[in-house]
Amino acid sequence: MTSRAQLKPVKLRNDALNEAKRLDLYRIQVEIRDCEQRAYDLFLQGLVKGTSHLSLGQEAVAAGFASAMEKGDLSFCTYRGHAHTLARGVPMDKVLGELMQRDNGLMRGKGGSMHLTSVAHGVMGSYAIIGAHLPIACGAAWRAQYKGQKDVSVCFFGDGTTNIGAFHEALNFAAVWKLPVIFVCENNLYMEYTPIRDVTAVKHPAADRAGAYGLERIVVDGNDADEVYRAACAAFDKARAGDGPSLIECLTYRHSGHSRADPAKYRPEGELEEWKKRDPIKVYRRRLLEAGIGESALKQIEDDSRRKVDAATEACKAAPPPPAEILTTDVYADGGWAWRN
Amino acid sequence: MAELTYRDAVARGIAQEMTRDPDVVFFGEDVAKAGGVFKTTIGLLEQFGPRRVRDTPISEQAILGAAMGAAMTGLKPIAEIMFSDFLAVCFDYIANEFPKARYMSNGQLKCPLVVRTGNGAGSRFGAQHSQSVENWAMMIPGLKVVAPSNPADVIGLMAAAVRDPDPVIFFEHKSLYAAKGEVPDGEIVDRLGTAKIVRPGKDATVLALALMMPRALEAAETLAQEHGIEVEVVDVRSLVPLDLATILSSVARTHRLFTVEENPRLCGWGAELASIAAEEAFYDLDGPVVRITTPHIPLPAADNLEDLALPSAPRIVDKIRRSLNA
Repeated sequence: MTSRAQLKPVKLRNDALNEAKRLDLYRIQVEIRDCEQRAYDLFLQGLVKGTSHLSLGQEAVAAGFASAMEKGDLSFCTYRGHAHTLARGVPMDKVLGELMQRDNGLMRGKGGSMHLTSVAHGVMGSYAIIGAHLPIACGAAWRAQYKGQKDVSVCFFGDGTTNIGAFHEALNFAAVWKLPVIFVCENNLYMEYTPIRDVTAVKHPAADRAGAYGLERIVVDGNDADEVYRAACAAFDKARAGDGPSLIECLTYRHSGHSRADPAKYRPEGELEEWKKRDPIKVYRRRLLEAGIGESALKQIEDDSRRKVDAATEACKAAPPPPAEILTTDVYADGGWAWRN
Repeated sequence: MAELTYRDAVARGIAQEMTRDPDVVFFGEDVAKAGGVFKTTIGLLEQFGPRRVRDTPISEQAILGAAMGAAMTGLKPIAEIMFSDFLAVCFDYIANEFPKARYMSNGQLKCPLVVRTGNGAGSRFGAQHSQSVENWAMMIPGLKVVAPSNPADVIGLMAAAVRDPDPVIFFEHKSLYAAKGEVPDGEIVDRLGTAKIVRPGKDATVLALALMMPRALEAAETLAQEHGIEVEVVDVRSLVPLDLATILSSVARTHRLFTVEENPRLCGWGAELASIAAEEAFYDLDGPVVRITTPHIPLPAADNLEDLALPSAPRIVDKIRRSLNA
């Protein structure tokens, strides 16, 4: 296990985090935690169907990046994408509705947990084929560069992605074309069930590859929302200045298994408990209190979040399943599925 | 009207669309400075500049992924995959990404792009640079698939593909690049999903596309001259959408159906056509549907063996003549 002391703090600009920004970072993390925990509970009740990949323990990465984004910036997520979708402001009932495969879901049940998409919020899809969305994010960034638009594409993925070809193709492509794209590796130490260190030639699966593409080696504490936020801001500044892509490795840990089917029995004894001491939300709460932010402000955020989750849950339970007539809609741009005349 | 090669028609088709729409961009391996390994895109870099015509690394996944991201967010990319065999390297985008984005997002995402690729045999390149893989694309819901057989269709279908709001896989036939044809002056815009009766006839319907079209036409001429058989040759052109109105009405007139396919036997496009004919034109047919295909083998490099593998005009003649007992 990588201990906190081993993490090299990166020197970054944009250090001025005010109280409002810190409360916002806290709120996003708490809302993700509550919504993910609720997704897990609903799964146990048989109400979340199919599969789901939770970000419990990884909330700081989503919060830190989403807080650094501007309206118009684009997020590209993996199947572990609930957190990044919520962090961009997508309402909980839309997310839980999709997980529960109801008509009120983000995609009316046609995509499911692994494909959350909300173009209106800049969430340009969640991709369930490892590595596929890195080149796609490059294309979106190319469009921004081509049209002289200032938005940045951000692509989130896990440590396991660093060993697939598309990762390397995208990194090289983005570097050569100097694209305004940020690649964010959430290194939670396990590719799925196998420790990433057992299957990777270097210690830091993303950062140690950066040099191969002429990029800076960046490792941040992914359980520290402030640190993630600062690293994100620096990468956004670089991208918007036309200085090309960044690759940021965020060290973190998932508290649950890979997916709903995984009890995570492969973990060494005590590892989860060690990481839970560094739970990003606990860490952040303590910091805000130490910084003089009142307990009542934090309590307010926590209460509001729980109320939101409860309301969303009830809305989803009441929502009908998707109607049969959408089975064949939106295969083609004419809205239908006709492949013949 | 001017005579143009199929090769030059590719560049003209792309140029026509890039001139019309500044959001059309073109990129791929060796396509800009070198003008393409098949010399299909010579002059585009000079005409449109390095911002719109770009060379890429040998990274097929990056090429197709970038095309998709650009298409989703407002460009109209034309991406080249040099040989259609290489679609296997980046098949995730063909099979999982382009065609499913719109459906999975319940209509939020769009993917208006064109993938052009050099398809087919005849160059003696062996099994990994010669395949006809249009059936790979045909089987995936959400894609559109075209395979032109002549220069005018290359331009017109290219324009239709670029203007189409869905992902289109555009199969150019490598052995047709040198073929010449008459091409009208000015802008040419065709329609996807339209087959064309190229030679009318009353005795049988022969479906073909791409390189099999000139062979089917040569066979039709021989059948007429030497055996008194008048076959109707239909250029399928577009596998998705499929113009069954034209195809089935032809079968209703001729009462026999033959397909001429370069793809290997199993699950070739003609198998779907035969299945549809069995279901919807059974009582129009006076005999079994007959498929004339490449055998179900990897393609050999040696010229005599490759020639044996592909349907040839004499083989088409022989098969049709014997099937009609003429």
